Amino acid sequence: MDIRSQVSMVFHLDKCIGCHTCSIACKNIWTDRKGAEYMWWNNVETKPGTGYPTKWEDQEIYKGGWEKNGDSVSLKGAGKFKGLKNIFHNPHLPVLDDYYEPWTYKYQDLFTAPEGDDQPTARPISLVTGEHIDVKAGPNWDDDMGGSPDYARQDVNLEKLTPAEQEAMFQLERMTFHYLPRICNHCLNPACVAACPSGAIYKRGEDGVVLINQERCRAWRMCVTACPYKKSYYNWNTGKSEKCVLCYPRLESGQAPACFHSCVGRIRYLGVMLYDADKIEKVAASSDDQLVDNHLDIYLDPFDPAVVEQAKLNGIADSTIEAAQKSPVYKFVKVWKLALPLHPEFRTLPNLFYVPALLPTMATVQDGIYDSTSKSLWNGVDKNRLPMKYLASLFSAGNTDKIVDVMKRLMAVRLHRRGVTTGDISKEEISSAMDEVNINADMADAIFRLTSLATFDERFVIPPAHREESIEMLENTADVKGNTGFGFKERPVRGL
Amino acid sequence: MSNYLLFIVLPYVSLVIFIIGSIYRYKSRGFSVSSISSQFLEGRRLFWGSQPFHWGLFVLFFGHLIAFLFPKAVLAWNGEPMRLLILEITAFAFGLSAFIGVILLVQRRLTNRRVQIVTSKMDVIVFLILLVQIISGLLVAYHNRWGSSWFASFLTPYIRSIFVFDPQIDAIASVNSWSLKIHVVSAFTLIAFIPFTRFMHFLVYPLDYLWRSYQQVVWNWNRKAIRTSRAHSFGKKSKNN
Ligand code: SF4
Ligand code: SF4
Repeated sequence: MDIRSQVSMVFHLDKCIGCHTCSIACKNIWTDRKGAEYMWWNNVETKPGTGYPTKWEDQEIYKGGWEKNGDSVSLKGAGKFKGLKNIFHNPHLPVLDDYYEPWTYKYQDLFTAPEGDDQPTARPISLVTGEHIDVKAGPNWDDDMGGSPDYARQDVNLEKLTPAEQEAMFQLERMTFHYLPRICNHCLNPACVAACPSGAIYKRGEDGVVLINQERCRAWRMCVTACPYKKSYYNWNTGKSEKCVLCYPRLESGQAPACFHSCVGRIRYLGVMLYDADKIEKVAASSDDQLVDNHLDIYLDPFDPAVVEQAKLNGIADSTIEAAQKSPVYKFVKVWKLALPLHPEFRTLPNLFYVPALLPTMATVQDGIYDSTSKSLWNGVDKNRLPMKYLASLFSAGNTDKIVDVMKRLMAVRLHRRGVTTGDISKEEISSAMDEVNINADMADAIFRLTSLATFDERFVIPPAHREESIEMLENTADVKGNTGFGFKERPVRGL
Repeated sequence: MSNYLLFIVLPYVSLVIFIIGSIYRYKSRGFSVSSISSQFLEGRRLFWGSQPFHWGLFVLFFGHLIAFLFPKAVLAWNGEPMRLLILEITAFAFGLSAFIGVILLVQRRLTNRRVQIVTSKMDVIVFLILLVQIISGLLVAYHNRWGSSWFASFLTPYIRSIFVFDPQIDAIASVNSWSLKIHVVSAFTLIAFIPFTRFMHFLVYPLDYLWRSYQQVVWNWNRKAIRTSRAHSFGKKSKNN
């Protein structure tokens, strides 16, 4: 057993209001630079929808992620042979137009326009060429299902549905959507790391954050292809790839990453998970139906004395083990079994888990009459407006049982709380719903508390980084006093 | 005099600039060492230019290298006219491929607005040198045929004499071919420009990718050593700090 610690995350989709505050917080700190304008290390998409970059989930186009290859896995569109062969031209690289051409407005024109009969306008200009452009796409062009025929209907996950099911989803009275905020998953089996020919991308041992060494990146662009979530971006100005850094300077000083900190819906949770690194390859090569179970099994119980002992032997700090025991992620994922990974079939073993949205359940249309009366308060999960198959395609590699189980759990908690607060539901109904998924009142209350009332410190349990130890190993601590910080040593320009 | 400058001074100056410049740039301006790909801004036309160009140069580079390192083997191969013909035609084909590639690349740089934005002054020099180098090479191959045979008896001694610090330029200076002289001079000019241009990227071709493990985990400190303080050791100062 090779126990390592990983900073992991949970996003509770029921609470996301799609406000994009997270994206803006990230943009203001990290990507408002030349060449990075088009990058959204954190982005929020509307599902169903095509996302950003367009159709990123379709690996027939982008060739991202891993493929099962016997007892092991191999990269779909990169790797030693394919990568070096395609080094002069990468056939699977998304180009700027697959994201969007970033733009600003010529505000100066508002002041300098000569007097005339018309209002002066600030025309959009491209941030790449500086010329006027007609804006045709943006990072969230399909927000709230805007332009559904062009976007929502192109959602790759709909392929799993029969044409009739697809049609039913787009009937006006059935229409529904939810938001999907995405950041880099800081995967256990990162495809970006494996695909980088220069060895510039690495996973930090201490906390599992995946970073790109800007000094070693040589613009071979293989990570952009390999990451199935398209969370590694190419900076066309510096000739370097960049990706979400999980705000590691903030993490190291005990602060939550900016997108977490600023999240208006408080949907985000961050905490440590202990896992067994020896199992990574085997888990990544599991068969499709066991993928999710095996993935969740790789995370260990931080209360198990054997695990704690082994973790200590492996050099994991006591403070980190303690953080793992308090981790909200551990509760959501392992104890309450409410959160699932996004697209586990990409086999990168992502560390960002989603509590799927318990969307409004469906009314029925009978003889053209919209009937929303139901026997029970919230109808059954099988009446969910988004078919279970659709959610399964997102969160469980097509395994509908897993999604139904999570939905029933979420529903049981709601029924229980309804019973506590208003008491208008019969005891039998509540207890049968709770018994079915093995949730007792205490657990339901705990879930409710962490979901709805949790304070900042309950949502983000950040292990101390122990930077003092790493600095001590390198040099005298006094020497670096006042020296810490980040930034460019050289002007970030393209070559010479 | 000009022969002395072109075939003795230039090679040495170029090689010194190349060696010192490349090491300096790699060590102290590492951030700028990159192939600065523009595929992200324009992909399709790059394919038609970059592939024939790079593969052409790739084969020709090793062709020249083999002719220089193993002249006898090349001569032996060329003993039969048919084989000589095959070799020459193959080499010429790759030369043409590089030529077509570079023309398409130049055209792309000139006409695509987005690619223009990321074109630096040094890129202009890169393309000029490449054009001179490739066109003169094709002219040599056409006018002074069977280069694979005379290279060994003619250029190999000259280049070797440069490397053993005993330059012999009589043969090259007396040769009656402008294209050949231009080809040699522009080759050394190209070498001198490597540290100042995107030519740098061929030096960092990631061959070590072949034998490294796919996943890379980097530890800030030796986690096991830190727990038992008697094993406390001083780590290596990492380059980024
Ligand atoms: S999400 Fe993509 S960029 Fe992030 S670690 Fe995984 S493979 Fe790498
Ligand atoms: S800030 Fe939070 S609630 Fe708003 S879009 Fe981002 S994840 Fe959703």
